[in-house]
Amino acid sequence: MSSKMIEIEGVTKYFREKKVLEGVNLSINKGENFLIIGRSGAGKTVLLKNIIGLLTPDEGKIIVDGLDITKLDKKDLEDVRLQFGLVFQGSALFDFLTIEENVGFFLYQHTGLSRPEIRRKVKETLALVGLEKIEDLYPHQLSGGMKKRVAIARAIIYNPKIVIYDEPTTGIDPIAVDKVVSLIEDLHKHFAITSLVVTHDLEVGLKLADRLAFLLGGKIIFEGNQQDLEDTKDERVKQFIKGSSAGPIKEMEV
Amino acid sequence: MRIIERLGSLLSYIGSISFFVRDTVWWLFVRRKDVKSLLREIIFIGIDSFFLVSLIAFFIGIIIAFQTAYQLKEFSSEIHLASLVALSLVRELGPVISSLIVAARSGASITAGIGSMKISEQIDALEAFGVEPINYLVVPKLISLLVCMPLLVIYADFLGILGGFLVASSKFAIPFGLYFRMTFDALQFKDIISGIIKSICFGATIAFVSCYEGFRPFSSSDVSIAVTYSVVRSFILIIIFDCILTAMFYFMWV
Repeated sequence: MSSKMIEIEGVTKYFREKKVLEGVNLSINKGENFLIIGRSGAGKTVLLKNIIGLLTPDEGKIIVDGLDITKLDKKDLEDVRLQFGLVFQGSALFDFLTIEENVGFFLYQHTGLSRPEIRRKVKETLALVGLEKIEDLYPHQLSGGMKKRVAIARAIIYNPKIVIYDEPTTGIDPIAVDKVVSLIEDLHKHFAITSLVVTHDLEVGLKLADRLAFLLGGKIIFEGNQQDLEDTKDERVKQFIKGSSAGPIKEMEV
Repeated sequence: MRIIERLGSLLSYIGSISFFVRDTVWWLFVRRKDVKSLLREIIFIGIDSFFLVSLIAFFIGIIIAFQTAYQLKEFSSEIHLASLVALSLVRELGPVISSLIVAARSGASITAGIGSMKISEQIDALEAFGVEPINYLVVPKLISLLVCMPLLVIYADFLGILGGFLVASSKFAIPFGLYFRMTFDALQFKDIISGIIKSICFGATIAFVSCYEGFRPFSSSDVSIAVTYSVVRSFILIIIFDCILTAMFYFMWV
């Protein structure tokens, strides 16, 4: 078995004529906390959707645990997808289902477990993310931060090998951000899962990351650990770290 | 020229929707169905429409009775009121009016619902958790429309006939027994069957058009456009199919 969990080789993706990803190469090791950072609209979410097979790249290979998922048919792709737990940008909780049905969604759909068993499992998982007594509420009754944690609970309930967080701290208040960040750290420590965090929030990202990559204009312009990031000579990366509008990256450029 | 263009775009629309229909019909027969979501749809599409359909069908019955009586007066044969009201309701107005109501009420809400799920990434979330959106969202709506439409139409016919009786008894003093005997004397099996076939056909049209439009939005501003298209296109297709079916039944059973 290789030590690589996800390998991305030369992935290019077009939307109509627009090139959103251009020859992206990345490799993510087993058990590490990997961070993909970039400006809003840089193609981060598109890259994520390619990794889990919701989109198919126009060129290139995506190898998940030794399997090239770009060549799989729908049925096999579904099996691969079950190794991923996904936390969406806006939480994407199903608004017509209760919190219990949301968190237990995977178990209801794919296992023959009875309702009380699932309910018990949902309770445990919600406790893990620091929530209780909300099983029978609907998503619109929760705050943004709580929704985020419910979304995390929904993603980890079936013990996936890889958990992907898409902008986990966008749109929630600073205290909730802190809670979500420490939750991601804890989960990573306890379960030794591979996590992939995509964000534009560098401060949050640096708290979490073992290694990171910088995505600009659909290309990876930096890949390395935090030490490499400090030592980098690339003016564009330096500008982003400083958070300055003066530098080689123009306002209109993503 | 504009008419030819319009006609061309209608044909290409029917072409693109037919792929969607094929996928949905395929999913209709594979995999187990979620009874709970089916019940939720039947309650929303069928049962919640009953009041509106009753109201409108009752008034349509009264209106038809007056208009028919106005014409029959020429021949001094108001006694045939019951037969004519029954025939126009069961063969034509019951199915058409009910399905226009359902297209405007439930069809619009199906499109808005799926559309907002699409832009809030809930559709992606379904796929990420290994659930096929067509099977989970479209198939229950299709089944409940196919089941509910004929029932709604029979119910609407009944209330319309009741509305007709109100006019017949108050204006022409036709007793209840006579009115209903004349109603059922006029109605033949083929009239009832043609109404039911129409209602099933219109129900399927509403399901396919409203779900198909729901999957198209890419941003929140697209949702309102999708809802408009959904209702307008359902109306157009219902009227076209009604014309075709009416002509077909006329030549088959003349």
